[in-house]
Amino acid sequence: MNDTNQMNDIIKPGNIVYKRTDLMTDDILHYCPGCGHSTVHRIIAEIIDEEGIQSETIGISPVGCSVYLYNYIDIDCQEAAHGRAPALATAIKRLMPDKYVFTYQGDGDLAAIGTAETIHACNRGENILIVFINNGIYGMTGGQMAPTTIPGMKSSTSPYGRDVEMMGNLIKMTDIVATLPGTYFVTRQSVHSAVNVRRTKKAIRKAFHYQKLKKGTCFVEVVSNCPSNWKMTPVESNKWMEENMFPYYPLGDLKDPEKQQEK
Amino acid sequence: MTEEMIIAGFGGQGVLSMGKILAYSAVMQDMEVSWMPSYGPEMRGGTANVTVIISSEKISSPILRQFDTAIILNQQSMDKFESSVKPGGLLIYDTNGISRHPERKDIDIYRIDAVEEAGKMNNSRIFNMIVLGGFLKIKPIIKFENVIKGLKESLPPRYHDLIPLNEKALERGMEVVRQI
Amino acid sequence: MTQEKELRLMKGNEAVAEAAIRAGADGYFGYPITPQSEILEYLMAAKPYETTGMVVLQAESEVAAINMVYGGAGCGKKVMTTSSSPGISLKQEGISYIAGAELPCLIVNVVRGGPGLGTIQPAQSDYFQAVKGGGHGDYHLIVLAPASVQEMADFVGLGFDLAFKYRNPVMILSDGAIGQMMEKVWLGPYKERSKDVPDWATTGKTPDRERNIITSLHLDSFSEERFNQKLIKKYEEIKSKEVRFEEFNCEDADYVLVAYGTSARVCQKSVQMARAEGLKVGLLRPVTLFPFPSKRISELSTRAKMILSVEMSSGQMVEDVLLAVNGKIPVYHYGRMGGIVTAPDEVVDFLKSKIGG
Repeated sequence: MNDTNQMNDIIKPGNIVYKRTDLMTDDILHYCPGCGHSTVHRIIAEIIDEEGIQSETIGISPVGCSVYLYNYIDIDCQEAAHGRAPALATAIKRLMPDKYVFTYQGDGDLAAIGTAETIHACNRGENILIVFINNGIYGMTGGQMAPTTIPGMKSSTSPYGRDVEMMGNLIKMTDIVATLPGTYFVTRQSVHSAVNVRRTKKAIRKAFHYQKLKKGTCFVEVVSNCPSNWKMTPVESNKWMEENMFPYYPLGDLKDPEKQQEK
Repeated sequence: MTEEMIIAGFGGQGVLSMGKILAYSAVMQDMEVSWMPSYGPEMRGGTANVTVIISSEKISSPILRQFDTAIILNQQSMDKFESSVKPGGLLIYDTNGISRHPERKDIDIYRIDAVEEAGKMNNSRIFNMIVLGGFLKIKPIIKFENVIKGLKESLPPRYHDLIPLNEKALERGMEVVRQI
Repeated sequence: MTQEKELRLMKGNEAVAEAAIRAGADGYFGYPITPQSEILEYLMAAKPYETTGMVVLQAESEVAAINMVYGGAGCGKKVMTTSSSPGISLKQEGISYIAGAELPCLIVNVVRGGPGLGTIQPAQSDYFQAVKGGGHGDYHLIVLAPASVQEMADFVGLGFDLAFKYRNPVMILSDGAIGQMMEKVWLGPYKERSKDVPDWATTGKTPDRERNIITSLHLDSFSEERFNQKLIKKYEEIKSKEVRFEEFNCEDADYVLVAYGTSARVCQKSVQMARAEGLKVGLLRPVTLFPFPSKRISELSTRAKMILSVEMSSGQMVEDVLLAVNGKIPVYHYGRMGGIVTAPDEVVDFLKSKIGG
């Protein structure tokens, strides 16, 4: 038996334990090794695939590292101006109320330039899902300070660490939107370990479910890493995130009425 | 036939709505019309004016500096628009609150004590209709029946019970207007 | 639904709102600003969401409103926004993205005087912004300049048609005078909202087609240049097919006024006044500002002695008139600013001063 035959013997449908999600395209992801974006992309693609809602879903990508989301997930997508994704989503959802609409935004996009759009879409209770990737840094432009950069954290525009006196405090958008009457489900998750990946997937699936029920805005923050701009290995970055980011951004549900009912 | 006019006074006096009723009335008579208001934050208390053009032909400029008729309802408007009446034109004014009466000799000047008359009728809000009645007496460019139709068009249905009162005010205006 | 035309006496702003409902618009997204707030007010009072299903939303800002338009347009829907000068400045980023993503939509600018917060009174000082791009990058809007309340209504339907024909944003460049003025207007019948879905729209990827992506991003320089060339080709087609203008007494005119919108109405009167004094004056009124009737102005300049561009600005359109005339005859500008509408007799006086000189 030669090698090819041996390979064919192994690679057959019955033996598949893990495969590329059908809804991920053949494009090679441009994300740095160890970056959380790829994982969250995959989670979203898997859910859309598993729920069979590809033909009913419109995604909106931001300006930032994940601008090219539309190259990777095989769904209809719109690319928004910086910070404006929730405005696009508002109109898309209102004009096509039976479709699933989600935005995918980074911390600069959602919590700095797009603060107004985020707050007001959430406050109106638009039936959309907002996925918020918070890695405390502007990745695409080369590691500048973000609104969510934690005190003391170094970036190219806070080279001596974020000085709160001078540069202001970090902003917890997820906590803010949880106080708004328009949001229905608000949670903070991460994707740095297998168990966290499963929890994030569960949360995003739940958000799609709530959207079908037209419950209001669902907001899923994913606290994530940026090994390149943090200047760490992926493993170091995850450890740093756990030790330094999580105290400011503790994981868990901030708002989930149906969970309270279960209690 | 073309009538180019300005109605000017205080905001809240019903200047714009008088113009609007006139405009609607002209539409009822199949005339062309333009109604160009002054607009802005000085709507109440400050000065307000509206240019109304009624014509049997298509109207060119909706904004003018010279008018066939000026209806003037306060002193500021008198100061501003007395000189804007074309020679041989018409100026109608309410003497209430006027300290300097019009001085021009080359135009027809009429006065109408509409504030006083409205007081006698126990309804200050029909003041503008008394003035309109006075104007229509001097220049009957719109048939009375069309004015009533225009009134109906321009007033929201919930005010339609006030139409008889407005009709009376128009008639009173026709009675009390007098040339100087 | 009624098929006959209906006569109303309306403000220009109200006419835009009513015409939008009747044209079968799918969505309106706006933010209050004087002198155009009647549009949003009218739509909210008319409740078209209960009749035609048209979405009406007061956004949190002009910025949000134009991006709502982007989102709606990306779904192939007939969507629009309206504002006045400072608000239109805020929308420019979004308009650039819309042009870059080749999305059809309608934007109405009821212009007021500027710069800055300026005045709330009418002006025509946003000409450059409207016809030369306005936001960043190489692009053009199709710009329609209504001169009556009737055209405020008519250009809504026309604007949507052109927007979808060319996949290009269309702007109605009006001003506070036309927005606030009431005139008679004949309104067309109510049209059903279209159920057609353009093949590029993001409505959910179905198995029978590739996914649709609405974006203006071309990181590769050659790809961006190819896209720019595609846009140029489109604009050239628009220039060759969509120029619209009106002429009054130009046949024998020694002196030609060029004016759009409110100024064109004023200048009609100026022409009458000048003719009464024995001056052979005509008026060319551009109805489209982009594309501009350059060819016609060039033709007129071979016969006329002088051209006077009249606009309520410090002189913006006059630059396009100068380009069209290309030095053949003298070209002057006259116009009031600050929210003052030029009076017909002022135009005649200025013209006479130039003839005399």
